[in-house]
This record gives sequence, structure tokens and C-alpha cells, in this order.
Amino acid sequence: MTTQSSTEYEKYYVPEKSKLAVCATIGLISSTFGAANVMNDMTFGDGATTGSWGIFWFGLFFFSATLFGWFRMAIKENLAGMNSAQLKKSYVLGMFWFIFSEVMFFLAFFGALFYVRTLVGPWLAGEGEGGRMNHLLWEGFNYQWPMPLTPQEAVGGVANQPVANMGTFQSYEQSMAFGEAAAWYLWLPMWNTIVLLSSSFTVHVAHMGLLDGNKRKFNIWLGITVALGMLFVALQALEYYEAYAHFGLTLNSGIYGSTFFMLTGFHGFHVIMGMTMLLIQWLRSVRGGHFTADDHFGFEASSWYWHFVDVVWVFLFLFVYIL
Amino acid sequence: MGDHHHGPAKGLSRWLFTTNHKDIGTMYLWFSFSMFILGGAFAMIIRAELFQPGMQLVEPAFFNQMTTLHGLVMVFGAIMPSFVGLANWMIPMMIGAPDMALPRMNNWSFWILPPAFLILAGTLFMEGGAPNFGWTFYAPLSTTYAPPSVTYFIFSIHVLGLSSIMGSINIIATVMNMRAPGMTYMKMPLFVWTWLITAFLLVAVMPVLAGAVTMMLMDIHFGTSFFSAAGGGDPVLFQHIFWFFGHPEVYIIILPAFGVVSQIIPTFARKPLFGYDSMVYATAAIAFLSFIVWAHHMYTVGMPVAGELFFMYATMLIAVPTGVKVFNWVTTMWRGAMTFETPMLFCMGFLVLFTIGGFTGLMLSIAPADFQYHDSYFVVAHFHYVMVAGAVFSMSAAVYYWLPKWCGRMYNETMGKTHFWISFIGFNITFFPQHFVGLAGMPRRIPDYALQFADFNMMSSIGAFIYGASQILFLYNVIATIVAGKPTSEAKTWEGAEGLEWTVATPAPYHTFETPPQVR
Repeated sequence: MTTQSSTEYEKYYVPEKSKLAVCATIGLISSTFGAANVMNDMTFGDGATTGSWGIFWFGLFFFSATLFGWFRMAIKENLAGMNSAQLKKSYVLGMFWFIFSEVMFFLAFFGALFYVRTLVGPWLAGEGEGGRMNHLLWEGFNYQWPMPLTPQEAVGGVANQPVANMGTFQSYEQSMAFGEAAAWYLWLPMWNTIVLLSSSFTVHVAHMGLLDGNKRKFNIWLGITVALGMLFVALQALEYYEAYAHFGLTLNSGIYGSTFFMLTGFHGFHVIMGMTMLLIQWLRSVRGGHFTADDHFGFEASSWYWHFVDVVWVFLFLFVYIL
Repeated sequence: MGDHHHGPAKGLSRWLFTTNHKDIGTMYLWFSFSMFILGGAFAMIIRAELFQPGMQLVEPAFFNQMTTLHGLVMVFGAIMPSFVGLANWMIPMMIGAPDMALPRMNNWSFWILPPAFLILAGTLFMEGGAPNFGWTFYAPLSTTYAPPSVTYFIFSIHVLGLSSIMGSINIIATVMNMRAPGMTYMKMPLFVWTWLITAFLLVAVMPVLAGAVTMMLMDIHFGTSFFSAAGGGDPVLFQHIFWFFGHPEVYIIILPAFGVVSQIIPTFARKPLFGYDSMVYATAAIAFLSFIVWAHHMYTVGMPVAGELFFMYATMLIAVPTGVKVFNWVTTMWRGAMTFETPMLFCMGFLVLFTIGGFTGLMLSIAPADFQYHDSYFVVAHFHYVMVAGAVFSMSAAVYYWLPKWCGRMYNETMGKTHFWISFIGFNITFFPQHFVGLAGMPRRIPDYALQFADFNMMSSIGAFIYGASQILFLYNVIATIVAGKPTSEAKTWEGAEGLEWTVATPAPYHTFETPPQVR
């Protein structure tokens, strides 16, 4: 273990007081409370509006504004030289473990996908030890992945088997899996993969530029990265549009639709977050002249995050689209 | 900005806007105690209903809400935040740091808790009532058949998870980055070690819980079929995801308790902790094993035999590192110059009762035997032996142990000992008979029971009222100490105490270390 010198301690900055936490709490709690109200109106309500959207938007705006102010303050403190080497390392550790927690969040959804594909599907179709109830519940259901026909539909709909039903799960016409080899260039997920992998490369080039002290190179390549991120989101939106409008594939399309949209949806949400982070770093660099070769953790943290969403996509591409 | 001499601000803004680890620790502790009282009140309603067979006081639907909220409030509101509060107070002092690594985030981690619990408790007054599906919220009870308030429950779980993740990141950053010169990892007090590992567990599994409740939310409101076989999903999938979180969660609760006991027993045995290194490795081993044993909570769900066997053997393995710990504590006391002040009494109580809970856990780990025990009061007895006699007893011990350091006043020893003995006796009257009724087949979570269980249940209820009353004594003792306890300014409250927290002034100054202490 390396011992820290006591000079690092003398510069330790204890923020005196801060209203940030309370403001962020007001924003977070209002937005979640509002969201819960909106959803309950939608599902359990009698059509009456309770003004919950207002609470939700107020909370979200308040929360975003607080986070904006919070990060602005942290950046200003750093620019003013108030951050000791030790505090900087705390930020690094914080970002690392935050990304680790995000990995675990995705693990839950990937775990659900693997469990359904390797165990639940065959069981519902009557195979193995879990399949003993097949003739009572889902007679005639054959398992394949992607799952074009839900167990409910295989037995003739909710009229024939109302067990464990919260609604009717509708089949789709076409899945997102790789279709015709001849028309590979029409397959959107492949383009998405190319775009996102390239953006991971470009952000790395930008980082190299920054380490060389070449701000021009940094600004250009980071700008390209953000543009690629936007392209990815646009392509993903196009894919969702295709799914809903042309393939009949929705959240309601049984477990295939559930896992497809939740995995790609959360990934897409994280891409938007990462892209926003990188965009802010780009603006900081271009407009504010921030970042030097040896002090640029705001950018580095965002780029870590970007590599993380890229790695998640590689797994998504493999397990959701190809296999 | 070099001014470290400022004291606390005046009034409410001190608490709302604070970035001080001691203030935040204090808020966590008081909040968790208020949740302990709330969850305890729910428990009293449960025990009052079960005082006699037949319907006594409440409707069965309300009884379900009580069992659910009792579990949720105790686990997420009382025990977890209490140890986070302890971590906030003690870890910077124990490793020679000026404060937590990320002080503003620290305040946020705390302040989102009270409103989240306000929303959770507020579900009691909503149409359709509070969540009624048990603290484990198994689908489809929590999806298809849930009351509308489930949405609020889901979002409050999200917020609690966020709080835990941020708190844990802070603890990890503090321990990894803020140790005083010379404070190597293997010199850290065991409480710091257990919390470092606990924080890792929290960061790893809280997001998984968030994933589980998110899937519930989507199933309820947006037509997905994660937990519905009709759409190709599986309700059992919920149980797997939940317990992948839930099993590490029980170690999240007990590991800091191990840490507390490992601090207190050496003090009152006046001997260094026996087998420090093995304690650290045992803690790490328990944390690792906690990730591969989750399905022992669901033996009866219809898993393949290979799964049952794997989870059974993996679960039994946990007894090895846990045994290492128990033997180390006992060996620490061996030939020690022992005295039995209140903290030590609670640790002795912990040691005996937690070990009983460990043994019943071993019984439950045996898959074929568990088919009989599953969802019976035997399970309830088991986990209250580890949760109450484990976590809550060690928390009481910690409060008595460090209270003089916190507020510079000594608690009333007689009252403390009385609190211990009433707790100890009340606890055992409550939960020991539950082993018997459980083995005889009384199911948990049911407001009524067969007549042959009547005597033991009445005994249980009387014990619960005694135990509950003893906590009022605890509250009184703590408040009396803070307000009018005998002032003490000895840096070292306890003769045998070791560690940096006993080198600073009593009461601990608002900012502890202005220059880093040198640790040799």
C-alpha cells in the first residue's frame, strides 16, 4: 500500500454546507411520485386526470436543473484548483463503482433473458422436470426462439387458458433476428453495431489527442463521437418504428417482445445519457476551453461510460439479435 | 477554505444542508430508530392478532399489509440505515480520515430515505390498501393480484436502492482512498473491513433489485410478460432475480454486525481480536458464497434436482467461514480479563443467539428437510434469530459502546443492563416457541392458526410485548444520556478499547482529524 503524504490532507476540502442534496431530493421524489400517479391513472384509473403529469414534469425539471447546478459547481471547484489529488481520486473511484452498479443492472435483464431462453421456454413446451404441467396448461405449445407464438395463443387465447393472465399477449409478424443473408446490408442492427463500435474508437482517438495536448484533434474526434451517438439513437428509433408499425412487435408480444424492448430500451436510454455526457464535455472543451492533458476527468469519466454502453451493445448484438 | 475550525451551523439548516459525516450519521441513526419503532408497531399488531386463534383484531387483508410492511420497514428502514449511520460516524474516525470521501452525495443518500418511506407508509391510506404480498413481493401476487399502491412501492424501492448504492460508493471511496498514512488494509479495524465488503455487496445487488421491480412495473403497466407464463415468462423468474439480490442482502445486514462484535469483544476481553486475518478472509468468503446460494430460499418451487443439490451444498459451505468467526470470537474471550458492561452483554447475547440462528439455518439448508420447514414459523424463528438477535442486538451494543464518544456523556449502566436482560428474555420468549410451532406445521403470514398452536402463540405474543417495551427503555436511556448523562471527557471510555476513534477527544469534535494521524 502506498502511504499518502500529509500535504494532501491539508488541501482537503470540506464543503461547508450545501442545498444541493435537498433540492435533488425534492426533484427526485416529485418526479417518481408523479410518475407513479401517472401510471396508476393509466392502469387503474377511471379516466380522470389528477394533474400528475404536472408533478412529474416539475420534479424532472427541478431534478435536472439541480444536477446541472451540482456538476457546474463541481467543475468550477476543480477549475479554481480547490480539488486535492485525493478528492480527484475519490471522484475516479465513485465513477468506477457507479459503472459497476450499472453493469449489475443490465445483468438482471440478461439473466432474465438467459433463464427464459434456456429453461422456461423448454419447460413451457413440456420438456424436462419443469414441463410436467404442459398438458394441463399449454398443450400444443412448441418452444422456439424468437418465440412467434406465446403459450397463451398456442392454446387458443385467453378464453382457453386464463391462468396467470394480465391481458392478452399478441404475437408478432417478424422478429428482429437476422433474416436473409442476401440482404444483410438492410439489417439495421448491423449498422448500429458498426456505428457504436466506431464511436468507441473515435472517443479513444479524441482521448489520445487530448493526452498529446492537441485540443483541435480532441474537439474534432469528440464531435464525431457525439454525432455517431446521435446516429445510433436515430437508427434505434427507426428500428423501433419498424417494429411497431411493420413487424407488429411490441412490448406486449410475449417474452420475446419484453426482453427485446427492455434490453435495447435500457441500452438506448444509457446511450442517450452517455451521449449527453460527451456532448457536455465537447461544449466545455469547445466553448469553455476546459481540459488539459493531465486534468480531464470529466471527459475521461464520460468516455468510460461510453465504452461501457458499447460493451453492453456487443452483448446485446450477440444474445438478442444474432443467437 | 483552509478553515477547519468551524462548528456546526445553527437550527434546521445544519441538518438539511450538512456535509458532515457525524451529522449525517446521527440523522441515519435517528431515522432508523424511528423506523424501528414503526416496524415494531406493525409487529405488535401482528402479535396481538395472533395472541389467540380465530380473528381477533384486524381483517386478514390488513394483516397481510402488516406482515409486508413490517418486513420492508425493518429490513430497508431500520436495520440497513442504522448500520449506514454507524458507518458514517465511525469509518472516517477509525481510518483517520477528515470526513467521508464524497460529503455532498453523502447528504443526498440520506435525505431521499425519509420521503421514500413516507410514500411507502402512505400506501396504507391509499385505495386498495398497502402492499399485501409479503416483503419478498413474489410475482404474481405483486403483479397480477397486487393493489394499485404497488406502483408507489416499486418507486420507493427504486429510491431506497439509489440511496444504498450512493452510500456504498461513498464508503468504498472513503475506505480505499482516505486512510491515514500507515493505515494499511490489514491494519484496518474489522468494522471497516466488514463495511467495505458490505458496500461491495450493496453496489452489486441493489441494481439487480431495481431490475426486478422494473420488470414488475413493466408487467403491471406496460403489458410485458416477464413473470407471466401466458406470454412465455415465468413467475419463478421473479424469485430467482429477487433472491439473487435477497441472499447477499441478508449478509449486507449481518456483516456490519459482525464488524461491531469484532470491535467490542476484544475491548471487554482486554485481548486483541483472535485471528484477525482469518476474520477478514472469512468475511470475504461469506460475501463470495452469498452470490451462489440464492435458490435455497426456493427449494420447493420445483427446481431440477441438480439445482437443489448445488444450492444445498453451496449453502452448507457458508457454515465454514461463519464458524471461523464464531470460534475466533470465543477464542478472543478465552482467558481474557472479562467484564460485562452493557455493550459486552449484547455481544454475548449476539454470540449465543446468532449461533442458534446459524444452526437453524443449517437445518433449513438441507433441501429434503426444507420441504417440511418451508414457509413455516420455523423459518420465521430462524431469521429473527439472525436479524434481531444478530443485527439489532449488535446495533444496541454499538450504540452503548460508542454513545459516550458521540455525545460526551455516559449512559446509565443499570438501565442499559436492564434493557439487555429484558430484551434477551423477551426475545427468546417470542421466538424460541416459534421453532416448535413451525416444526409442527404452523404456516407463516396467516392471521389464524389451528388450536394446537394456541399456547405457544400466546407465549410468543407476550414475549413480543416484553421485547417491544424494552425498546422504549432503550430510547429513554439514550435520550436521558444525551440530555443529562454524566459528562465524561476521557478519550478512552473503555479501558481495553483500541483504535483511532479512542484517541480523539470526547465528545468527538465536529471535524475529527485536521492533520492525519500516523498509524504504526
